[in-house]
Amino acid sequence: MSIFEYNGSALIAMVGKNCFAIASDRRLGVQLQTIATDFQRIYKVHDRLFLGLSGLATDAQTLYQRLVFRHKLYQLREERDMKPETFASLVSAILYEKRFGPYFCQPVIAGLGDEDKPFICTMDSIGAKELAKDFVVAGTASESLYGACESMFRPDMEPEDLFETISQALLSSVDRDCLSGWGGHVYVVTPTEVKERILKGRMD
Amino acid sequence: MKLDTSGLESTAPLFGSSSSELLDEISAAPSFALPNTINFDGFQKEAIQMVKPAKGTTTLAFIFKEGVMVAADSRASMGGYISSQSVKKIIEINPYMLGTMAGGAADCQFWHRNLGIKCRLHELANKRRISVTGASKLLANILYSYRGMGLSVGTMIAGWDETGPGLYYVDSEGGRLKGTRFSVGSGSPYAYGVLDNGYRYDMSIEEAAELARRSIYHATFRDGASGGVASVYYVGPDGWKKLSGDDVGELHYHYYPVMPSTVEQEMVEVTGQ
Repeated sequence: MSIFEYNGSALIAMVGKNCFAIASDRRLGVQLQTIATDFQRIYKVHDRLFLGLSGLATDAQTLYQRLVFRHKLYQLREERDMKPETFASLVSAILYEKRFGPYFCQPVIAGLGDEDKPFICTMDSIGAKELAKDFVVAGTASESLYGACESMFRPDMEPEDLFETISQALLSSVDRDCLSGWGGHVYVVTPTEVKERILKGRMD
Repeated sequence: MKLDTSGLESTAPLFGSSSSELLDEISAAPSFALPNTINFDGFQKEAIQMVKPAKGTTTLAFIFKEGVMVAADSRASMGGYISSQSVKKIIEINPYMLGTMAGGAADCQFWHRNLGIKCRLHELANKRRISVTGASKLLANILYSYRGMGLSVGTMIAGWDETGPGLYYVDSEGGRLKGTRFSVGSGSPYAYGVLDNGYRYDMSIEEAAELARRSIYHATFRDGASGGVASVYYVGPDGWKKLSGDDVGELHYHYYPVMPSTVEQEMVEVTGQ
């Protein structure tokens, strides 16, 4: 079994009309054994920028701490928050630093940029950026997530529709994956507010 | 090339003469064509990897005052992918005997059906039902004759015969154990935890059914490869009966209802730009 699949994860981000949503499952396992069902895989960088880290949990946490550190230094020097595009480049650079001994993580970055333009992107473990206009997925359930998103996504959804769509896509996908699921965690971010919701899901 | 297993046949004479071609066809252990290769072991190793679905499982069975309780989950997985959530892992051999399925799905299904045939023929030849001891030994002997050839079976044979309730564990390594409490599959450690803790011989049928269901539920919660539906069967003096088949997805919220909390819908006003 791949080290990326050691803890199990499902991550997804979607773009709507002047808003975005990012969602993850809540399981932390050691291979097939479920250890926790309230695990956080999505981190808030600032009010309009979120980062999801799929893959090996220990590397995800380390990587997150390094990114927070770098973001705080940026805030002190520049006296402003990072733009999502800038943050994506920072993540990419930090990942490539470890080109020959990578963090076993696949990040998903979602944020609102200038003029409330939503931005989503994903990366492989050594920082190859993959920008998308509609949705990005990552984790052990990524194949099922692609299928669900491909059939459920519609462009320019309002926040309420976006929440429904991302939640349904997440829940139906993790039901086909042994290593992720056990509930969901969804953030819907609009220019004026951040809505956070915990989803009930199958606990098997 | 054919593997001849006729020498392993039971020597007990069947009703009528054994020269009947039809009878031979059914009662003889089936023989299978062997791969025409020099490196048999190497070929086997590769072939085994190609036919290995239905690996993760939780099944359990136990004897108590009123009979035998048998329970199982219903998930079939291939690696991390869940290929089905509605597999019948409790196989009905005849109205008085059940088998459980763990390991290779095809191997279990085929050899249980084969065992069913043998049990029926025994019944016709001897004018009485086969004992659980006899049936489990029939299966164990067949599996032993294929030992090392890649069969993957972990099963429990549970039933009611003239001596009362019977329960045996049989596997493809040739093991056959008599006992009062077994659990088989990747979720078995979790199931054992609940089962051993709650087991008493003098339980009522309702208590036993609930213990079996709860044990399967807890196994599906902790084990990623178990899930779906928790089926519970009971075998008593009048044969087996299916008592329940509950979707584990609903069972969880039945056991642990979610209290609406304030954190669940948190609204954060965005400050800054």
